[in-house]
Amino acid sequence: MTAEGLSSIQQKKAIATRRLLIEGIAIIVFGIILMGVIPSILPAFQLKLLGRFLSLAIVALGVDLIWGYTGLLSLGQGIFFALGGYGLAMHLSLQLPEGQIPSFFSLYGVEKLPFFWYPYYSFPLTLILIVVVPGIVAGILGYVVFRNRIKGVYFSILTQAALLVFFNFFNGQQKLINGTNGLKTDTAELFGQVVGSPRMQWMFYQYTVLALIAVYLLCRWLTSGRFGRLLVAIRDDENRVRFSGYDPTWFKVLVFAVSGAIAGIAGALSTIQSGIITPSEMEVAFSIEIVIWVAVGGRATLVGALIGTLLVQYARVTLSAKFPEAWLFFQGFLFLLVVTVLPDGIIGWLTAFIWPKVRSRFGFTAPIMTYPSLETDPEVLAEREQLTKPK
Amino acid sequence: MVQPNFGRRKFLLYGTAALGTSILLKACGAPPEEGSTTTPDEGDTTSTPSGDGDTIKVGILHSLSGTMAISETTVVDAEKLAIKEINAAGGVLGKQIEAIIEDGESDWPTFAEKAGKLIDQDQVAVVFGCWTSASRKAVLDVFESKDHMLWYPVQYEGQECSQNVFYTGAAPNQQIEPAVEWLLKNKGKQFFLVGSDYVFPRTANTVIKEQLKALGGETVGEDYLPLGNTEVTPIITRIQQALPDGGVIFNTLNGDSNVAFFKQMQGAGLGPDKYPVMSVSVAEEEVRQIGPEFLKGHYASWNYFQTVKTPENEKWVADFKAEYGDDRVTNDPMEAAYIMVYLWKQAVEEAGSTDIEAVRAAAVGQTFDAPEGKVTMNANHHISKTVRIGEIMEDGMFEIVYETDGPIDPQPWNQFVPDTKGYGCDWTDPAKGERYKMEA
Amino acid sequence: MADFALQLFIGAFNGISIGSVLLIAALGLAIVFGLMGVINLAHGELMMLGAYATFFVQNIFNGWGDPWAQMYTIAAIPVAFVVTALVGLILERGVIRFLYGRPLETLLATWGVSLILRQFVRTTVSTRNVDVTAPAWLRGGIQIPTGAVPIQLPYARIFIIILTIICVVGVYFFLNRSSWGLRIRAVTQNRPMSACLGIPTAQVDALTFALGSGLAGVAGCAITLLGSVGPNTGQNYIIDTFMVVVVGGVGNLFGSIISAMVIGIVTYLIGSGTFATLLNPVEWLQPVVGFFNFFADSSMAKVMVFGLIIAFLQVRPAGIFPPKGRAVEL
Repeated sequence: MTAEGLSSIQQKKAIATRRLLIEGIAIIVFGIILMGVIPSILPAFQLKLLGRFLSLAIVALGVDLIWGYTGLLSLGQGIFFALGGYGLAMHLSLQLPEGQIPSFFSLYGVEKLPFFWYPYYSFPLTLILIVVVPGIVAGILGYVVFRNRIKGVYFSILTQAALLVFFNFFNGQQKLINGTNGLKTDTAELFGQVVGSPRMQWMFYQYTVLALIAVYLLCRWLTSGRFGRLLVAIRDDENRVRFSGYDPTWFKVLVFAVSGAIAGIAGALSTIQSGIITPSEMEVAFSIEIVIWVAVGGRATLVGALIGTLLVQYARVTLSAKFPEAWLFFQGFLFLLVVTVLPDGIIGWLTAFIWPKVRSRFGFTAPIMTYPSLETDPEVLAEREQLTKPK
Repeated sequence: MVQPNFGRRKFLLYGTAALGTSILLKACGAPPEEGSTTTPDEGDTTSTPSGDGDTIKVGILHSLSGTMAISETTVVDAEKLAIKEINAAGGVLGKQIEAIIEDGESDWPTFAEKAGKLIDQDQVAVVFGCWTSASRKAVLDVFESKDHMLWYPVQYEGQECSQNVFYTGAAPNQQIEPAVEWLLKNKGKQFFLVGSDYVFPRTANTVIKEQLKALGGETVGEDYLPLGNTEVTPIITRIQQALPDGGVIFNTLNGDSNVAFFKQMQGAGLGPDKYPVMSVSVAEEEVRQIGPEFLKGHYASWNYFQTVKTPENEKWVADFKAEYGDDRVTNDPMEAAYIMVYLWKQAVEEAGSTDIEAVRAAAVGQTFDAPEGKVTMNANHHISKTVRIGEIMEDGMFEIVYETDGPIDPQPWNQFVPDTKGYGCDWTDPAKGERYKMEA
Repeated sequence: MADFALQLFIGAFNGISIGSVLLIAALGLAIVFGLMGVINLAHGELMMLGAYATFFVQNIFNGWGDPWAQMYTIAAIPVAFVVTALVGLILERGVIRFLYGRPLETLLATWGVSLILRQFVRTTVSTRNVDVTAPAWLRGGIQIPTGAVPIQLPYARIFIIILTIICVVGVYFFLNRSSWGLRIRAVTQNRPMSACLGIPTAQVDALTFALGSGLAGVAGCAITLLGSVGPNTGQNYIIDTFMVVVVGGVGNLFGSIISAMVIGIVTYLIGSGTFATLLNPVEWLQPVVGFFNFFADSSMAKVMVFGLIIAFLQVRPAGIFPPKGRAVEL
């Protein structure tokens, strides 16, 4: 390796560190805006809406992790989302005087609390279970599926079937978990405050932003370095990964479990801000929608998940208020648009088309990364001189 | 396999063209059932519900899309007709009513979200809405925590009595219990219960089972179909096994499942002579959608049928058909929705303002000459209603085979279920409130 | 003994009739998924369009009065086939053509199409269900005298079973005995070589997809005899049909037949509590009986059936009849 070669590697490192720094600053600024500036300009109702959308963005991050980076299209994230949401709702429903059980049980003549409710009495345990239960379910489902090398479309259909199993189970079990009606959270008390009060909702909004940043950093960490490259390799050509000596199964199980846990956290945050969790969160349409948010924003770009979610959700709120019918048409066309015309999503389109234009407007040309030997090859350097000579 | 590039411009062009066409189609050729939305006022900062200005804003919150749109759009029509009539007669307190219609999308969290929006952002004076118990329970917390008011027009399973809700649909003792009594007297003592799998059928069946026990009937079987499911063969087998010689079937199925159920029952040869089916979710609209051939001879229990013979009803049916088309039918939830707007109007005029507390107090005791007969708002926020049982005829209408002499008072807390037996609800007495033990 | 045989026959009939509904719905999907590898999530909506076509034919024929009104079902079948085949053709040329080899994208795109189709029907026809009443000769059934109340085998179900058999036989003969069927099979097995031999692959693709869609339309006509017709009708069937195709083994018609029948019979046995009743007399199987009784209502039966399917796919991930070959992956 020549001296010039070494310096080009150092150059790349410097560029990478600079990028990381910019990103870190961007995150901090973003966090400050979301946590400090926005709550003071938005009315409470809009803030709640934004909080709910941000928690949906968290799920989208998980889906981006498994679909954008690892190529696993899971159409059943609703399972984990709902498991997390139900966990928190169960804990809040149990905030009653000693000996009482939630009132809906009396509608079905149930006297005793079903056994699986007991762990949710304690708050710390609930917090752990919100993350762990969806994660474990995802891990088991993932192991059972990936061990048999089920992937691609079969995997997606299987996740849909699993989703339906859970949906029908939760929907049908009135006596265990209140079935179709779901569980409500607004009137329960947490740490002495009513959950539905503006103060608590403001706090949950802040928690959602923090959770979003934390999950973003987690995903960033997972998708960087060798692990991230392995995920991308699994997405692009799993057989080659296998032939290279890695066992993709465990990586996929891990990533799937992590995305399940992320969805669980998101479910809990979303539930507490919308006030209710019902089995309808486990419907097919919702889980497929999550995928479209990621696709609109841009797969394999974590920021894309956030932007896509916010865009589509705000479009939904605006359109369905003015033209309820047009919203469904719009959603359908969005699916078509995203797979045919905008396969890389908005971020992808921006990076590929807009960003270079902006850069060249300001006179920066993109540094061309090539093999080290090419950097030092005199012929290539001469050609480069010629081509980039200002006309 | 590399395919030729589609051409983004072409696709975007076609896509927007299609979208635009669809919006145009919708806007121009819109049949009256579409919900018209008036843009909400931005920056309306009055804290009391908007009674100032020269309109009074009310919210209408039903599912205009999704699986429940089938039923709920008809209720929206009835409410809009009532509002139109009231506006034509001068409005409320001299002001015109402005309806802000929101779509619950058959999704309960969306109901809660839109309820919040109507109350906080649009600052409506009252909300008329919901159909399924799930949607009502989803918005209940919103109305209770913000101390607002919801008027709910659909028959439901009872076991609820909220200060912030006025219920103009039937409680079980005004629909289910009289039906069971009539069946025991006229049709048989062995009951098979079929329902959709959600809270209303489950609770209703709890009530029926207790009532049968108390009155000497017998529950031979119970089965639940998931919402939207159409495979009824297993249930028919179970009915045949449990009631080999015939018996009564009490049907609390909802939506699409009803269609499948009746079609397949007839196919399997279970006719109304040996297996009479009493439904509580099949009304004129559903008969039209299922097909009268499959329902001929079966029964339904409601407080109102289109064939009710009162002068108010004849006028209302004529007005409704004139407004929306001759092929439309009226049914119980639509009638309940129509009268609740009038009841609210009367309460507002008696209270002299749209202030929630005042209207709430004034609403109790209101009477109205409804198409179903005279109704009175009780202290438990439910109305007393006449009970009727109808047999489905070949033309799709109901022939009324039983009718109570006068309105029956509502009992929100069911008197057959051990947990709520002996309890009542009274919002005019601060000592009693939502749930108090009645003297024997 | 005769009584037991009768019970068995009736049970078998019920199971097979449920299975035949699944099969006729899954036939079109099996062709499209099996032969082309295209995931069509709009398949349910194509069925719904077939059902609506039946509705319109019914109205037209009812306008002409008897005896035409009695024949409308027969006429509706080819009409539904043609209408949905055309829609499928448009779909294929317009969207699917650009997404071959990208099954996940096709999945999303067809889901979008299904949303559009549903909303289209809601805006143009009505959000409410429409009434499709079978003609008189399809209501009622064959009476089998057993005890006080005769058991009746519905004509509608018999009709569907016969229609399914006709469709399956027709598809088999088309694929295996006609020249276009030969071309379809050739393109499925080796596309580049087929193209080299002069087979117009684009036309073959369009034809295959149109065939699959047309069969969905016929299925839609069949389900009008059993259930409701409305914008959401398709959603009730889509997942079940996918399960049938995946369990049967992709690309295998025979596998789909077997899996549809098996799933139908199992659904019936669990949902009607027959398992529980059969095992009841045996003492030491009581906990199993309790387990089955828990699942005996239709709601839970669905959970169990899906659970069994997922379990089955663990054992044989490629379905009952996996595609032969030495591929590393499915």
